[in-house]
Amino acid sequence: MTAELRNHVLDFLEKGFRFDGRKPLDYRKITVDYGISKSAEGSARVKIGETEVLAGVKLSVEKPYPDRPDEGTIMVNAELLPLSSPEFESGPPGIQAVELARVVDRGIRESKAIDFKKLLIKKGEEAWIVNIDIITINDAGNLLDAASLAALAAIKDSKMPKYKDGVIDYKEKSKNTIPLEKEPIEVTVIKIGDHFIVDPLPEEEKVLDGRLTVASTKDGKICALQKGGLSPLTQEEIIKMIDIALDKTKDIRKAVGG
Amino acid sequence: MSYKKRLDGRDFEEPRPMEAKVGIIPRADGSAMFKIGDTIAYAAVYGPRNLHPRFLQDPTKGILRVNYNMMPFSGSGDRVRPGGSRRSKEIALVTEKALLPVLDLSDFPNAVVDVFIEFPQTDAGSRCAGISAAAMALADAGLAMKDLVSAVAVGKVDDRIVADLCYAEEAYEDGDVADIPMAYLPTLDRFTLLQMDGVVAKDDISKGLELGRKVCRQIAEVQKAALKNKYGAGVEKNDS
Amino acid sequence: MSEIIAKEKEVVVPGEILATGMDYLPSNGTYRHGDNIVSSMLGVLRVDGKVLKTMPLSGAYLPMKGDTIIAQVTEILISGWRVDTNSAYSAVLSLKDGSSSYIPHGADLSQYFGIGDYMITKIVNVTSQNLIDITMKGPGLRKLKGGRAIYVNTNKVPRVIGKGGSMVSMIKNCTGCQITVGQNGVIWVQGEPKNEIIAVDTIKKIEAESHIPGLTEKIKQHLEKVTGKKVNQNVV
Repeated sequence: MTAELRNHVLDFLEKGFRFDGRKPLDYRKITVDYGISKSAEGSARVKIGETEVLAGVKLSVEKPYPDRPDEGTIMVNAELLPLSSPEFESGPPGIQAVELARVVDRGIRESKAIDFKKLLIKKGEEAWIVNIDIITINDAGNLLDAASLAALAAIKDSKMPKYKDGVIDYKEKSKNTIPLEKEPIEVTVIKIGDHFIVDPLPEEEKVLDGRLTVASTKDGKICALQKGGLSPLTQEEIIKMIDIALDKTKDIRKAVGG
Repeated sequence: MSYKKRLDGRDFEEPRPMEAKVGIIPRADGSAMFKIGDTIAYAAVYGPRNLHPRFLQDPTKGILRVNYNMMPFSGSGDRVRPGGSRRSKEIALVTEKALLPVLDLSDFPNAVVDVFIEFPQTDAGSRCAGISAAAMALADAGLAMKDLVSAVAVGKVDDRIVADLCYAEEAYEDGDVADIPMAYLPTLDRFTLLQMDGVVAKDDISKGLELGRKVCRQIAEVQKAALKNKYGAGVEKNDS
Repeated sequence: MSEIIAKEKEVVVPGEILATGMDYLPSNGTYRHGDNIVSSMLGVLRVDGKVLKTMPLSGAYLPMKGDTIIAQVTEILISGWRVDTNSAYSAVLSLKDGSSSYIPHGADLSQYFGIGDYMITKIVNVTSQNLIDITMKGPGLRKLKGGRAIYVNTNKVPRVIGKGGSMVSMIKNCTGCQITVGQNGVIWVQGEPKNEIIAVDTIKKIEAESHIPGLTEKIKQHLEKVTGKKVNQNVV
């Protein structure tokens, strides 16, 4: 179905170009705006080129899981709104939204970005749950990277609400922020033919062979991996893609002041 | 007791500050943002486009399909569980009825014009903000429209008819509150949405409608400016 | 007393009062409401004598008999193909119209057009229900290969083509690209990557600024600057 398009994308890549004039490892312009929703405890808008994603944090208090009585946790939910693309349908999150949410979740959870023990209120009884909702506004490719950046920025923007006698006062925000120890950044590297690119356009996403999302923290440690796309990857390719991701992470980090 | 001064200091006939922008979602056929006070509505239009399932198709004209949704972080208290509610379904229906009268979809048999309305932040008046945003998005999508559609929630707080209730007024505890959302066609001088929660005298309805017309015309000016601004406010600046 | 209220070439919105009085006549994109002529579109006001029109700046493509469009194959049928026309309506290309040469029954249709293939084709019939028939029999109608499709609003197509093809010729000459324009807003661009990028960028520029006068000159200067080629004066 997309053989013609793929050939044309490859023709361009052979000459070192993408359809919009970028070089293979160039990101489009990244902007991050904080506090875009007053009703959220923390929120952010991330734009990568024309791709736009919002993330909002709402804090709730629940009973901790029985096997982790002294910890709170995070819950990441993503919605690919039909508002943002003619390809998305109304209804509960499809598999693409679920994958996106879970990959973002793992980046934050596995890196121990948030010290869950610091979310505890009363052992075995009450702990904070950090609910992160990722909402797409315009899909111009690379929703994954935009989503993970938005989630991180929303966490950074958050202020804990006041909590007294079992009641959360959402109107009164304390000065306390969510205890963020690490800042995981996700970069998705795409393989088309023999070429590696980052920050794909929708056309490139349609013809990709392989995809590797790499989450890492500032110390260069990798905290999540997700392979996508139908083509198998060799070990060399995987390492090459990780190298590219770790290198690009430095640039992305600047966008959130890291 | 009498409602002498509004909780946020506004005049009784004064709507909250407004902001509007058109064309904010490049992938959509038409899109707009409408902000009034702390309520922000995004609207996107896709269509006319193919309609499935088949049984929804109308062989004489296109249909308008409205989807109204609050983002989970848009409420001032707890997180809003995703997925529609009965409330959002009803609002989608009255929104559709508010917009349809200005549209002519007879050129698009069997097709659909989808309108998606989403809220990142709300502080009362959301259904009206959604309608105002949707009207701009429909115009941006190049659909034939006899008029703009402008909407506002007029209210009665205690003994006063006021324009554009804010959340604090809806929750007013020292007296009765009536909430009267309405949508209005500014040039054709007609109402396409009218609902009410509360108890009022017939006279109050007349006063409310009168005030609604006045404020909706102000809203229409904001919508008009936003539509023109997308194109650099027309061609006043005569470049070479 | 009749009076025009809005300015010609100004961007007007639905419901905007363009003129008062019975001397003026409504036409495309405008209607009469009592004493007034009112716009029914977001567009640019055009005054032709007594006739007021709103020229749309956006809006979906409505398939018309005789239009030459660029379509994409979505399905292979038993005796033909179904194609996407960049509108709410798909079109059917039947076997007998598939090629200027004879296609036998039972032939493997994907050999002629596969799913995803683009073609430049002509609309031969549109029913009241917007069912569309197209044909590949005719000069210039063919499968499109070796380039890519970009999408502009159908209402901007005349601007992209220009008077007598002058605008699109200018882009072709400066970039050396092949450019095929469909009435439905689908444009096929093919050239050296560097030049193709310039051509696509220029077309998008025309789309964004189509309502601004002096556009031809602006595009001419832009092309000369970016490609270093001088535009042939006869073309403009």
